[in-house]
Amino acid sequence: MATTAAGGAVPPGPDLGAPPRLRLAGISKVYPTVVANDGIDLSIVPGEIHAVLGENGAGKSTLMKIIYGVTHQTQGEIFWEGKPVKVENPAYARALGIGMVFQHFSLFETLTVVENVALAVPGNPDLADLAKRIEAVSLRYGLPVDPRRHVHALSVGERQRVEITRCLLQNPKLLIMDEPTSVLTPQAVRVLFETLRRLSAEGCSILYISHKLDEIQELCHSATVLRGGKVTGHCIPSRETPKSMARMMIGRDLPICEHSAPAEGGEVRLRLAGLSHASDDPFGIDLQDIHLEVRSGEIVGIAGVSGNGQQELLYAISGETPIAEKFPIQILGKEAGRMGPDQRRALGMCFVPEERLGRGAVPSMPLTENAILTGAKTLGFVRHGFVSRRRAAVFSTGCIERYDVKCGGPDSAAKSLSGGNLQKFIVGREILQAPKLLVLAQPTWGVDVGASAFIRQSIIDLRNQGCAVLVISEELDELFEVCDRIAVIAKGRLSPSRPTAQTTVEDIGVWMSGMWPGAVSADAGEVARGH
Amino acid sequence: MTYASPLLAVALTLCAGIAVFAALGKDPVEGFRLFFLSPFKDTYGIAELILKATPLMLCALGLGIGFRANVWNIGAEGQFLVGAATASWVALSFDDASGPWPLTAMLLAGALGGALWAAIPAFLRTRFNANEILVSLMLVYVAQLLISWLVFGPFKDPEGMNFPQTKMFSDAFLLPIIVAGTRLNLALPIAIGLLIAAQVFTKYSYTGFKMRVAGEAEAAARYAGFSATRMVWIGMLAGGATAGIAGMAEVAGPMGQLTDKVASGYGFAAIIVAFVGRLQPIGIFLGSILMALFFIGGEHVQQYMNLPSSISKVFQGMLLFFLLGTDVFINYRPRLGSLARAAKQ
Amino acid sequence: MEHNIVASILAATIVAGTPLIIVALGELVTEKSGVLNLGAEGMMAVGAIAAFAVAHSTGSAWIGVLAAMLAGMTMALIFGVLALTLMANQVASGLALAIFGVGLSAFIGKPYESMALAATAPLRIPVLADIPILGPVLFNQQLVVYLSWVPVAGIIWFLYKSRAGLILRAVGESPSSAHSIGYPVIRIRYLAVLFGGAMAGIGGAYLSVFYTPLWVEGMVAGRGWIATALVVFATWRPLRVLIGAYLFGGVMISQLFVQGSGLRIDIASQWLSALPYIATIVVLVLISRNRNTIRLNSPMSLGQPYRPDA
Repeated sequence: MATTAAGGAVPPGPDLGAPPRLRLAGISKVYPTVVANDGIDLSIVPGEIHAVLGENGAGKSTLMKIIYGVTHQTQGEIFWEGKPVKVENPAYARALGIGMVFQHFSLFETLTVVENVALAVPGNPDLADLAKRIEAVSLRYGLPVDPRRHVHALSVGERQRVEITRCLLQNPKLLIMDEPTSVLTPQAVRVLFETLRRLSAEGCSILYISHKLDEIQELCHSATVLRGGKVTGHCIPSRETPKSMARMMIGRDLPICEHSAPAEGGEVRLRLAGLSHASDDPFGIDLQDIHLEVRSGEIVGIAGVSGNGQQELLYAISGETPIAEKFPIQILGKEAGRMGPDQRRALGMCFVPEERLGRGAVPSMPLTENAILTGAKTLGFVRHGFVSRRRAAVFSTGCIERYDVKCGGPDSAAKSLSGGNLQKFIVGREILQAPKLLVLAQPTWGVDVGASAFIRQSIIDLRNQGCAVLVISEELDELFEVCDRIAVIAKGRLSPSRPTAQTTVEDIGVWMSGMWPGAVSADAGEVARGH
Repeated sequence: MTYASPLLAVALTLCAGIAVFAALGKDPVEGFRLFFLSPFKDTYGIAELILKATPLMLCALGLGIGFRANVWNIGAEGQFLVGAATASWVALSFDDASGPWPLTAMLLAGALGGALWAAIPAFLRTRFNANEILVSLMLVYVAQLLISWLVFGPFKDPEGMNFPQTKMFSDAFLLPIIVAGTRLNLALPIAIGLLIAAQVFTKYSYTGFKMRVAGEAEAAARYAGFSATRMVWIGMLAGGATAGIAGMAEVAGPMGQLTDKVASGYGFAAIIVAFVGRLQPIGIFLGSILMALFFIGGEHVQQYMNLPSSISKVFQGMLLFFLLGTDVFINYRPRLGSLARAAKQ
Repeated sequence: MEHNIVASILAATIVAGTPLIIVALGELVTEKSGVLNLGAEGMMAVGAIAAFAVAHSTGSAWIGVLAAMLAGMTMALIFGVLALTLMANQVASGLALAIFGVGLSAFIGKPYESMALAATAPLRIPVLADIPILGPVLFNQQLVVYLSWVPVAGIIWFLYKSRAGLILRAVGESPSSAHSIGYPVIRIRYLAVLFGGAMAGIGGAYLSVFYTPLWVEGMVAGRGWIATALVVFATWRPLRVLIGAYLFGGVMISQLFVQGSGLRIDIASQWLSALPYIATIVVLVLISRNRNTIRLNSPMSLGQPYRPDA
């Protein structure tokens, strides 16, 4: 069997010359403010695993929504098995034989798995019969799931299995997978790839949306590369290198971060000493006995699959959810457990949240006022109870310049900026407050490659100046690139941290299941079953 | 162009008004003239208009502070009534006082009474998470019954031939007239002063900024460390206090006593004024005049065209409907949901 | 004599609670689809005057009820256009509906204020009505009262046993997911809103045609708001709506109770009249105290406008 450049096995390829099952001709989608898709051509044959590659914002998700009938193209035609079709809505797409597994799942948490599947299946199926079919299909493809459970009790990986099983029950001819691995451990990714290869061998076509080059190389037969809504190239991933694909994806070489060695023995700026907190949300994760230290001059990362307590941990650290005792959270030596975010900022902590619009910034307000949001006290924008807009404007202009924020000036509303630019502004706003401790959640999520590199470099530079930095992220690549030490959060518990240089992605993958040395075994077993 | 939408809504209401009059079998032109134009016919008419607008202005400016922070005080009508009751208590208890203090005390009592009535939903929301819309609304009914009990009972004028009313307040407890030949009194400059103060507060103060953030993006306010509890208290108390002052102005002004007719729907009309006026002082001022026009127009139409005065409530409701509709067309608000999702991609 | 008093009070409780059941069930279905319609008071008022006016001119109470249903649906349609198609703020739209509806009903109802309507006799169910104590209470009521029990069972079946109800619940929980699967979210919400309007209209009709066959401005007296609060108190469950409605009915007729018991309690009538409103507040506090109760039971997308992406 042939091997890819990465050394994995290439699946026996489909006949790429066969008549295409799906063909897109000149698809365009124009919104009032942006052209999401511009003249896209694409074709896929039976049994082919076809990647749609592009960075965030390139238009991949929009294209998939058009194919699945969730939205309609402004121009262009779709051909299914040689005939032109109008995909009116998802039910029509399903009738054609197209199934879609969404990036942000379309599941109903308070309903059971069976009820969720029933909603996507035409007619009025008998629930007991459907449950049996669900079990059969999910086992067959290696994605076991219990039909009687409520979705809110399932882990993120299990929920994805429900999404996939829901599609598979309708014997799809084309399966669309939108960024499926962002919620999986490395081991679970392997399992998923096995499933997809089996489907492909059975003749099912797969459209695989991703920006992860190594995965595409490992799995996909062919790829279409999108940039800025247009197709910039087609390729066979097994014949390319990550560098060449990256160049097609972003138009230039992937930027590399300059990394010097972390400082040794700095003072402890953040200490979590046995932090435990029951979640307010009935569907949330309880934090249990978390220990962590972050020192000045180092970047510590916390990895983890979505839904393992990251949100709750961040709320506790930032102060958005004050806890009952003050001791377990110590910021710059002070017991801060009961303090609110403004008091913690006064101590010298700054924080970049995972949601930009609506939490990190107020969407309808101009950047100047968004600067006041966190900088009011630390940057002296407030005097005698009144806000000095002038000072805030000066700061904002400076921030926009330093961080290369593309926008209509300091008076432009936050919602008018692209994701990457708004994130640069928020990160800049926090860094320019000269914090002693900076906490970031998902710092480059949904951000284009250029801005990502800029942000990561800014974090490293900040650390070089002696700041203590904590990064919580679901992107392992990011953590390995930026962090000096890394730990894993699983089911609300935190692993001990290890220097990044002495850890591999595989190790972290195992830890994500809760099985790190010294883990509480009952929990680990439960977590392992969950994945 | 923040006022394009309200202006269009007003225009639509006027058109609808003509249609309504026609549908009722009345001369539409005459109806239009009587309802919308006749109040302006002379200085006394205009003064009456402004007089009626004053309590609306007072209530709306306080409500606006709360609405901005997503604090929905719907009980201004009740807070108005309780303010009137507490102010009346002061006037009745210290009957033979003189000088500037009686009126000042009455003013404070009115503000405190209204604020107290608003403190109930504020407390129940912050402490027990109870929906402030329903609580403040229930309290309106309770306040109406309270007034009824007071004027039939403890506050009743012993020489009033058993009518449900207090005795007339002595001069020290009446607001002085500021424009001779009209009934315009001190309440107007107080209202305008408070309007300006509210604007300064909202636009320039840090607390005002915090309230705006709380109203626009709750998670951002939490992220910034702004106390949601404090926002609710300030929002509710501001509305309650100004509504209470409006209530005081009603009994210390044209009525001169407390009767069971003191409730006139000002509290609810003020909600519409706040919306129409876009929570801005000029807008609230003009919106109050407009709503006062609807009230007085209704009275004129009842007198001369034999239509029930509740027609003004119909127009008020229509105006709010049209405003909500035109808002969407004129101020096309980019869809937040899809933008947030796009930002995450 | 004591038995009679108890029986008549219980019977009056059921009578007083009936409009609340009808209106609250309608609002429950609306809210289950994720839409918060605060205009029940206005829809009830319009229903009440429509029923009275039509019943008066046609002489038939039931045609009046039909007219009320249509009137309520028309009002709900206005709300639907604002909140679902134009995507205006649902709270403001509901309030506008309440204000407009109450004002419109007062305006239309003026000429009817001094008119009377023939009272409808209660429908006595033989055999069952002879059961001691409970018999006359439960089975010697107006037909409408019996009919009000039907939607309780019907809605329970609809929501939890039927596919349409499953779809409705899904829409209320996550409209974007429902849309992704391909369900017409806006259309489903319109249907739920119209149902709520129909029920509110019927509830209003009950007041003006059966409860006290006359029309007075303001006769709805906050029942629409109480019904809305009742939905929250019942944590969106139909059976609890039934129980809660009768509890409130009992509070509402507490005046009767005090007079009937022969106790010389020196409370002014206004305080007794205030009891239902105070009870509503107390009940809201009790149920809202635990944040999780609301979060676990309320439809997740309640009150948030759904903006389709296309």
